[in-house]
Amino acid sequence: MRAMTQLDQIRNFSIVAHIDHGKSTLADRLIQMTGTVAARDMKAQMLDSMDIERERGITIKANTVRIEYPAKDGRTYILNLIDTPGHVDFAYEVSRSMRAVEGSLLVVDASQGVEAQTLANVYQAIDAGHEIVPVLNKIDLPAADPDRVKENIEDVIGLDASDAIPISAKTGLGIPDVLEAIVTRLPAPKGDRDAPLKAMLVDSWYDAYLGVVVMIRVMDGVIRKGDRVKMMQTGAVYGIDKLAVLKPQMVDIAELGPGEIGVLTASIKQVRDTRVGDTITHERKGCDTPLPGFKPAQPVVFCGLFPVDANDFEALRDAIEKLALNDASFSYEMETSAALGFGFRCGFLGLLHLEVIRDRLEREYDLDLITTAPSVVFKLHMKDGEVRDLHNPADMPDLTYIDHIEEPRIKATIMVPDDYLGDILKLCQDRRGIQLNLTYAGSRAMVEYDLPLAEVVFDFYDRLKSVTKGYASFDYQISEYREDHLVKMSILVNEEPVDALSMMVHRDRAEMRGRAMVEKLKELIPRHMFKIPIQAAIGGRVIARETLSAMRKDVTAKCYGGDATRKRKLLDKQKAGKKRMRQFGKVEIPQEAFISALKMDE
Amino acid sequence: MEDWRAGGFGLYIHWPFCQSKCPYCDFNSHVAASIDQGRWRDAYLREIARLGAETRGRVLETVFFGGGTPSLMEPEVVGAVLEAVRATWPMVNDPEITLEANPGSVEAGRFRAFREAGVNRVSMGVQALNDDGLRRLGRLHSVAEARQAFDIARNCFDRVSFDLIYARQDQTLADWRVELREALSMAVDHLSMYQLTIEDGTAFGDRFARGGLRGLPDEDVQADMYDATQEICAAHGMPGYEISNHARPGAESRHNLIYWRMGDYIGIGPGAHGRLTLDGQRWATVAPRAPGAWLARVEAGSDGEDPREAISREEQATEYLLMSLRLTEGMDIARHERLAGRPLNAARLRHLAEEGLVTVADGRLKASPTGRVVLNAVLRELLM
Ligand SMILES: Nc1nc2c(ncn2[C@@H]2O[C@H](COP(=O)(O)OP(=O)(O)OP(=O)(O)O)[C@@H](O)[C@H]2O)c(=O)[nH]1
Ligand SMILES: C[S@@+](CC[C@H](N)C(=O)[O-])C[C@H]1O[C@@H](n2cnc3c(N)ncnc32)[C@H](O)[C@@H]1O
Ligand code: SF4
Ligand SMILES: [Mg+2]
Repeated sequence: MRAMTQLDQIRNFSIVAHIDHGKSTLADRLIQMTGTVAARDMKAQMLDSMDIERERGITIKANTVRIEYPAKDGRTYILNLIDTPGHVDFAYEVSRSMRAVEGSLLVVDASQGVEAQTLANVYQAIDAGHEIVPVLNKIDLPAADPDRVKENIEDVIGLDASDAIPISAKTGLGIPDVLEAIVTRLPAPKGDRDAPLKAMLVDSWYDAYLGVVVMIRVMDGVIRKGDRVKMMQTGAVYGIDKLAVLKPQMVDIAELGPGEIGVLTASIKQVRDTRVGDTITHERKGCDTPLPGFKPAQPVVFCGLFPVDANDFEALRDAIEKLALNDASFSYEMETSAALGFGFRCGFLGLLHLEVIRDRLEREYDLDLITTAPSVVFKLHMKDGEVRDLHNPADMPDLTYIDHIEEPRIKATIMVPDDYLGDILKLCQDRRGIQLNLTYAGSRAMVEYDLPLAEVVFDFYDRLKSVTKGYASFDYQISEYREDHLVKMSILVNEEPVDALSMMVHRDRAEMRGRAMVEKLKELIPRHMFKIPIQAAIGGRVIARETLSAMRKDVTAKCYGGDATRKRKLLDKQKAGKKRMRQFGKVEIPQEAFISALKMDE
Repeated sequence: MEDWRAGGFGLYIHWPFCQSKCPYCDFNSHVAASIDQGRWRDAYLREIARLGAETRGRVLETVFFGGGTPSLMEPEVVGAVLEAVRATWPMVNDPEITLEANPGSVEAGRFRAFREAGVNRVSMGVQALNDDGLRRLGRLHSVAEARQAFDIARNCFDRVSFDLIYARQDQTLADWRVELREALSMAVDHLSMYQLTIEDGTAFGDRFARGGLRGLPDEDVQADMYDATQEICAAHGMPGYEISNHARPGAESRHNLIYWRMGDYIGIGPGAHGRLTLDGQRWATVAPRAPGAWLARVEAGSDGEDPREAISREEQATEYLLMSLRLTEGMDIARHERLAGRPLNAARLRHLAEEGLVTVADGRLKASPTGRVVLNAVLRELLM
């Protein structure tokens, strides 16, 4: 492969859009039309390579491909495209990817128009200094209305849409125009080939054969196979074993110069040594100032992850470290629980993120996990003046030692079409929000709220999405810790406290939460051979109670000769399934109950 | 003594054809345009010869023609099969030879011919004693026809049983009590009553999955129906001897008892299962399910069986537990321990006994009446 490319023959861009507007399908067409992948190897949304992405039909990880495009001007360009996820829980993937490129294709579904994540992504692209080319997708659909959507883009985003390119990523219509626009309308990268090496660590992941793989974008200088390089933040030094570009499979390359994107391996042992956003330079004659790095992701939802089988703790630690390498928006620290043993308290960007990580840990690392209630970090001001962080409601000390409790508050910015404003205000009010500001831009309202983070992690996104049919964008920053009347609510199943289900709540909302929780658990816990009281309590006082009645009938009506084998094998299967159950006294609670119990619609 | 002797030795013959497929049925039964009964007879005879050679000298206690609808078999075929059976195995003095019959348009002549061929017990699929119930079960016959067929059967045979399906759509506890009393007034010495089970892969299964088949009694009503059945039958001298089977004492189905007491049995015909102890090893046998495939194999001279599976002693212990606890007489604890190589979990047994779900006395473990209704849960507790 030719080693070095002129800067003006490179274009780097991300494809961004609201969920399901067709980013990955557009990426397929770009890969296909440039002949990067042979026709027989193509498949739909080919960059969505994880099982979980294919099952859910969504992109979770940003993916990079290098393609070569012979343009109308007679020159062949190197295009590095990054397909990004659309769901808000993976917004960190988008912001991270944008730092590695100069432009964005903004895909808008011509039958839907601008939606919440269209907006959020445009602002991020502008923030990253991107040139933006709007693309109207799905014009093959009868409901497509490209003219109205162009207007919509101009009104809502304030972006000139007169040159928006109408396409169908499904049929391939308009794709040549997109390729041409990438070359003519997006800027070439800048960089100095002769300056000391400065490369951005964009992503990293663990590969069973190659070990840690690091994706980089070279800003200045040249990186070659065999070079000794340093990670500027961590100080770790490695010799480069392999340098490659992704097409989308790895193709070895001798060197990468300014503007280029590729991957390297370097027998990296410590997965902690590779931090996304870090700057890579040569060990000797390195650059002086590192790149600004990425704004760290702020986990919003915390929960405990425990192995079903206590012997799997080390395997879980290993899996979490490897996975965190591939997902910088996920954090973790060790935790112990009376009921669940050793595990990790992990931070996520949302409940879908939580589900995805749990799923990936279980599948890619073959682990069985138990998930506890999502929560935030509270500050306990003790009577003796000490201030303690409470990460886990189960660790709450005796109330008599506590002077007061503070919780994290956020400043939330919500943009929403004004038709839905009333619902948003009600939602925020219900969640103990204090309105800070309300302004209008066209038919969109922008409201700012001071909200307790704990109320937001609960199911705020889901509620926001459903009350606004997805037409709201939500952004937030942690503002401060503030005192409030907070209490620990415990859940007792058959008189036994289930620490994994206890939670911190505001006193005024405790009854409602408690009621909702015990009702939900009554649905989720299978009937047993005896009746089971399910209670919510604050201290020793029960605030809500339900009784799960005893199982009345569970017997197979017909069982003759041929059924003996079938029945025996069924029991064996149930025995395997039992590992996903947790024993609390005499009661078994399926692990699904833990996470479902917290996904409530009030 | 080899373990199977505690259960006995029987032969099951599967006839896989029916006039129409019932929407709830997941048995290996098929509707065929034309059936060359001569070919089927010859195939059964070949299999009898093959398995006879493997089990030479064993004394056969029972033969059961099941289905499908074996009453659609030509009596001549049944006769030829039974003749071959008698020529192959020594039999006890009073073998039980049962044939499953559908109450369609059977003429008396046919039943007499079955009796002459050697059948001495009939089990008839009456299913419901009200026409609306039969219609909703997709049955082809009416109550009147079923009663008529049953009368013919009881005139021909000393031992007759019939099957009912209850806990049907829109059936109340009161409805069932009425139907049950009627059934008891008809019953001779044996009665099987199954609560309707929605099986995957059946027409009912599909309807149910799509949210159809409304009005099925809920768990509480099902439990009440079951309890009422036990009580009323016992009061009429037909106590339950198995989860779904009732008989006058001594009139239990000896063939089915072989299954529940974990004896050995030969299974012949498409999809038939068997259990055979050969040279001290117990094997599970099973035949190919598709009638055409089975027939072709046997006619081609190979055995009508899939590869056999050896069942370990531990697996036998599990099977013995889950089959025998269905019986009122329960399980022989010593026999189970011999197979399992260790006793049952004492703490769990004690816990189940405290809950009143099982009893342990005279070396036998039994599910109590309350334990029997939740037998699956009791088994999970004992086995997992
Ligand atoms: N009719 C039509 N359907 C399309 C077109 N482009 C994409 N789709 C369909 O839209 C759905 C979503 O497409 P994706 O490419 O997975 O969307 P995405 O933007 O990558 O989604 P996320 O990665 O989850 O945010 C799929 O069912 C595609 O087949 C198009 O041009 N026309
Ligand atoms: C082998 S079957 C069939 C006997 C015969 N072919 C008939 O239908 O009359 C034996 C019995 O199982 C019962 N049965 C079959 N499917 C059932 C189901 N889904 N739920 C409850 N009982 C069922 C019926 O009572 C049936 O008579
Ligand atoms: S229930 Fe009986 S008659 Fe109906 S399909 Fe099944 S075996 Fe045949
Ligand atoms: Mg996608």
